[in-house]
Amino acid sequence: MTTLNEHADQGAAAKVLGYLKREQHRFWAFSGLIVLLIGFSLASPNFFQTTNIISILQAASVNGVLAIAATLVIITGGIDLSVGTLMTFCAVIAGVLLTNLGLPIYIGIPGALIAGMLSGALSGFFIAKLKIPPFIATLGMMLVFKGLSLAISGARPIYFNDTPGFSEISTGSLIGMIFPSVPVPNGVLILFLVAIGASFILTRTVLGRFIFALGSNEEALRLSGINIDRWKMVVYALAGAICAVAGILLASRINSAQPAIGQGYELDAIAAVVIGGTSLTGGRGTMLGTIIGALIISVVANGLRILSVPQEWQIVVTGTIIILAVYADILRRQRA
Amino acid sequence: MSDLINMNGIEKRFPGVHALKDMRFELRAGEVHALMGENGAGKSTLMKILSGVYTRDSGSITLSGKPVEFSGPKEAQDAGVGIIHQELSLMNDLTAAQNIFIGREPRGRFGLLDEGKLNQQAADIFAKMQLVLDPTTPVRELSIAKQQMVEIAKALSYESRVLVMDEPTAALNDKEIGELFKIIEQLRADGVGVIYISHKMDEIKRISDRVTVLRDGEYVGTRESKETTIQEIIAMMVGRDLELEELHVPDVSQAAVALEVAGLNRGRAVRDVSFHVKKGEILGFAGLMGAGRTEVARVIFGADRLESGEIRVNGAPIDIRSPSDAAKAGIGYLSEDRKHFGLFLGMDVRSNIAMAAIDQFTGFGGVLDEAGMAAAAESYIKQIGIRTPSDRQEAQYLSGGNQQKIVIAKWLLRDCDVLIFDEPTRGVDVGAKSEIYKILNELAAKGKAIIVISSELPEILRVSHRIAVMCEGHLTGILGPQSTQEEIMQLATKTMQSPEPKSSGAAA
Repeated sequence: MTTLNEHADQGAAAKVLGYLKREQHRFWAFSGLIVLLIGFSLASPNFFQTTNIISILQAASVNGVLAIAATLVIITGGIDLSVGTLMTFCAVIAGVLLTNLGLPIYIGIPGALIAGMLSGALSGFFIAKLKIPPFIATLGMMLVFKGLSLAISGARPIYFNDTPGFSEISTGSLIGMIFPSVPVPNGVLILFLVAIGASFILTRTVLGRFIFALGSNEEALRLSGINIDRWKMVVYALAGAICAVAGILLASRINSAQPAIGQGYELDAIAAVVIGGTSLTGGRGTMLGTIIGALIISVVANGLRILSVPQEWQIVVTGTIIILAVYADILRRQRA
Repeated sequence: MSDLINMNGIEKRFPGVHALKDMRFELRAGEVHALMGENGAGKSTLMKILSGVYTRDSGSITLSGKPVEFSGPKEAQDAGVGIIHQELSLMNDLTAAQNIFIGREPRGRFGLLDEGKLNQQAADIFAKMQLVLDPTTPVRELSIAKQQMVEIAKALSYESRVLVMDEPTAALNDKEIGELFKIIEQLRADGVGVIYISHKMDEIKRISDRVTVLRDGEYVGTRESKETTIQEIIAMMVGRDLELEELHVPDVSQAAVALEVAGLNRGRAVRDVSFHVKKGEILGFAGLMGAGRTEVARVIFGADRLESGEIRVNGAPIDIRSPSDAAKAGIGYLSEDRKHFGLFLGMDVRSNIAMAAIDQFTGFGGVLDEAGMAAAAESYIKQIGIRTPSDRQEAQYLSGGNQQKIVIAKWLLRDCDVLIFDEPTRGVDVGAKSEIYKILNELAAKGKAIIVISSELPEILRVSHRIAVMCEGHLTGILGPQSTQEEIMQLATKTMQSPEPKSSGAAA
């Protein structure tokens, strides 16, 4: 075999090239981000300032966390349309526990996380056990969570004025206490911690391996003797808990649970996932890509605002970027 | 006789691979020309060049003496070169006629579709093929064999003079193969040149006029089918003589029964099936397509729910409701359809092998022991000879035989007592076949109880210590190792007392 000999001749250089080639989808999105950063920096002196970079990161945090939840589900070959309203639902639950019931913060926050996890598990139950397609099941749950949020809160915002320190969760800065020159808000810190945790789960744990296997070939996994129904529910439950994190971040930043918002966030989250190179057909994707995707969306919105481009045009640009990102991915696959 | 097709000095390189070297091939009108070679020998590449999917680097192709240059499949089709792929490419929800004329629908007034004319034209082609088929039947409702006929009709509707068939009988039963061969005879009589790709030796002898063998992208030789032997063709394909191993039947009279099933039932596919397999024994399952062999395996493995019956593993009755129950009880199942039911094509060899036994590598908090998985994968790559650059290679880039070995390794790692192999050598080339037989024997020697389901009688006779034969959901008999093909066929066609009235061939 000629191919084998050639491989042997090339050695280390080929390995590096091979790695770059295999992993190039990550660099696509990453180079896109760099190009955007350079472009906006050249276009406006106000762009590349510490305060502005921090506000870009802060703006990316909620969407980033939601996109992490969406990534887990999308790699299994599923979809979760309920991440936005589930986020709001969890924020409202936190509001009820902390403000309406006056419970302490160490009960309120785990309470919201558990609510998110159980809600996700319920979606997972519909999908795994009742065999309802993920799109339909989570479309239904999206409306259920929206309605529940409004019903529980009486369609009025719940403020966290009685819970001192709640707003610190997102807007305080642990990093800033240590390094005063880079006051990165906790929300951003939490985003990166969640991303690292999710990335660890995805690449180093059995759950992660099953997430890829579900997206790669669900029936083969079932016929490998794995209880796929249970693992699917675990994935959706985990995604639900991560949505709750996003809900707490958002509520903390605006110091209130706003029951009417949330719908539409799922599309931004899915956009970040897709821009980050995760395949909507399942089986492939990375957390790093998703974070880059969320940052790209945030950079574009911020940069265009600084350049005084009207908001309606920002939306057009974001839409265009989604199409370009996916087209780049298709080009890459055709060449491979 | 002048050549319909003459390909000469064909060269094709892909990055890192010299796929075709000075390849030649000729086809006469009214001839069935078999193209043989192991997987990766270059058959598909050659056919893709002929049908315009790939462009050649050099060499010449003439069609009826005129040089041709196809820049795409459509041009080839318009010139009369039709190809029927192994994976059928029909639209399931459209009717047979709509499929045949897709994109070329006859138009009526105002440019509206003329369904009547469409169906008439399709019916005319069917009549020419002497095929009984209603053109308005949705493809979804047709058997695989009939769907194949629709593909052939589609190729004929382009007035094809050359028809390439890529493993057309892979999913057909004997009766359907008979129907297909009748149509091929018809085509031959009409002067169509048929290029027939298959791994099944008996078919080559039965249907083809000449055989051309390729190996490693090179032309090996062409023989008149009547004047060559299967042994000679195999030797040409593998480049050496394969020694035919004698079947060695171990004495299992003292061995314990590993799997025993009694009165299994599931719908019409599995009816009152009872049998046992002992440790160290290979039980073959023979029967025609649709006899219920795969269904029995799926029921035992919990892939489909059992309606009634009892399953005992190592003497203990077990309740199997899902594959995970079966795997826990020590039963492994290797599906006939690796790609859909066995492999994670986009995942690496290591993960594929570890998938069924991943508990062994799961530590605290669900963290995976990658080093342990790598070591296990490496040991099986060596032990059963999986040819892969590394354990990180994605399964999709390996050949059929090596993919099958990955699935085998997956179940070996799980350390099952009972292994059910469903068509273990389907789509696997001759060399890898004998390696898989060797693995089966070694597993039996280690005390595993093995069930092998196969549609190829020579394979059943070569590996089985005992042979169970099924027909229409019933187990019609169990034969000893020295049985003949005739004895098996007799049981495979032995209909048990059936309450339904005998229906004619139309239902098949």
